[in-house]
Amino acid sequence: MKSFFNNKAPYFFITPTLILLALFSLLPIAVALVISFTNMDLAGLADYSNIKFVGFENYVSVISDPVFMQSIYNTLFYVIIGVPLVIVFSLGIALLINIGTHRIFKAFRVVYYLPSITNVVAVAVVWSYLYNPSFGLFNYVLELLNLPAIPWLTEPTIAKISLIMLALWRAIGLNMIIFIAALQGIPKSYYEAAQLDGANTWQQITSITIPMLRFAIFFVSITTMIGWLQFFEEPFVMTQGGPLDGTTSVALFIYRNGFQLSNFGYAAAGSFVLFIAIIAITLFQFSLQRKESDLT
Amino acid sequence: MNSTTASSAKVGSNVTHKWFQWIAGTLLTIGGIIFMVPFIWMALSSFKLEKEVLQIPPTLWPNEFTLDNFKYLFNNMNFGVYLKNTLIIVLCSFCGLFLNAMAGYGFAKYRFKGRDSLFILVLATMMIPGQVTMIPVYLILNSMDLTNTMLGIVLPGLAGAFSIFLFRQFMSTIPSELLEATRIDGASELRIFLQIVLPISKSIIAVQAILAFIGGWNSFLWPLIIANDESLYTLSVGLSLLKGQYGGNYALQMAGATFMVVPVMAIFIYFQKHIIDNFTISGIK
Repeated sequence: MKSFFNNKAPYFFITPTLILLALFSLLPIAVALVISFTNMDLAGLADYSNIKFVGFENYVSVISDPVFMQSIYNTLFYVIIGVPLVIVFSLGIALLINIGTHRIFKAFRVVYYLPSITNVVAVAVVWSYLYNPSFGLFNYVLELLNLPAIPWLTEPTIAKISLIMLALWRAIGLNMIIFIAALQGIPKSYYEAAQLDGANTWQQITSITIPMLRFAIFFVSITTMIGWLQFFEEPFVMTQGGPLDGTTSVALFIYRNGFQLSNFGYAAAGSFVLFIAIIAITLFQFSLQRKESDLT
Repeated sequence: MNSTTASSAKVGSNVTHKWFQWIAGTLLTIGGIIFMVPFIWMALSSFKLEKEVLQIPPTLWPNEFTLDNFKYLFNNMNFGVYLKNTLIIVLCSFCGLFLNAMAGYGFAKYRFKGRDSLFILVLATMMIPGQVTMIPVYLILNSMDLTNTMLGIVLPGLAGAFSIFLFRQFMSTIPSELLEATRIDGASELRIFLQIVLPISKSIIAVQAILAFIGGWNSFLWPLIIANDESLYTLSVGLSLLKGQYGGNYALQMAGATFMVVPVMAIFIYFQKHIIDNFTISGIK
């Protein structure tokens, strides 16, 4: 009897979470795929007999929806501007912190990490205040410097950049920690050898540190990019996608169609387009990485 | 740096290194102050009167410290209820942590049919973007009559692949001989887990508990989607509601934000060494 239980023991341990993951991660993919081919909406939610299969209609109309196109453009804007900035800043700060041997440099890790753990809604509320055109701190500082005021959240392109600044501020911490971990994994002997050969600090950074960090940079760029393709809370709280859908991201488009307009089928089709885009871009990055490591 | 003798090269590099330290320290200090500006501004504004916040030029230090904003949150808005709901979610996420620890142990210390493929399946769930599952999970919960309930808010977030992964990584370092010895002494599998494995895994549990606290405290999307009733709102949802209702009252908004941000900051600063070190160890490898 006991050995019977022992054989079952691993299943006893893993079953609860497997059920939860199956129910809320795997099954939903199938459900999303099915409803993306239907006209599921509030009426369908109330009575399943109202649901009709519409074939590819949702996909066809979502791809020709100008708001969806605008949201794709905005999301690409976030990714193309945001991801390189995250990498440059978090790597730069990690390098600076790694130079230090004094205790205070450990405190810097905490300071730069703090924005990452704080609540995105709270932070978006605070930044909305900072960005306020008349009472905000940023425009006041610009005024002190005799610079013209900036319409932070009211001009579509500037609003996108404003949201990127906020998201950048939040994204640096975690990625900086990843870079610091990778930096500490580089053997000291490499630097000692380079110093004996007379390499200066800049040469050491460009010919030892950066090449040794290739995997960390790849890891950070993939995870950051996937994260930014799903950019949601910042535009949701700060601009509600405005002005003129200038900050609507694909994720916000899906949320709005799904939960504010209750076009579940239509939103599910949009979410699959996003999913396919994420997979395609990730695979592209992987192949790029492979090509690059073949070259060296 | 071009010195010919080894010793002067060493002295030279020490001096330059010192210089680099100073430059790095100065840059990081300036950057750090800029980084902290939003927090400082938030905290100081939350103690200002409403009219002082709208004053031009703005004041840095409140002329008159007031706690009225915080009182208003609890007396005139339902921040007490939001706080209660948020704490319930935090407690539930601790239960989820226990389930994840069990799964991590199951994957780490047993051989069974399909183990590796199941584990890969678990990891694969990390790749699925939240936007794809958002709508179907809502529909699934709706068919289970769980929309607008606390259970519906917490269920989707209970199991986490990354958490299972971290537990598995840690628990596979526990020596199997130790577990085997206890097994021979007649302990049941559940008792081995509760009395041997969990105490050994204290450090990883502590780190994950802090992360679970932060995650639960900050939970926004599911409460927003699932809760129709204000009585089920969390602090995040309440705060976004506050921003909509009291758009012009920045002092009140800052008080709400401070109330959300400061506890997490305090916990993080207190435990930061463990969290950051854990990331350094397990995050990248």
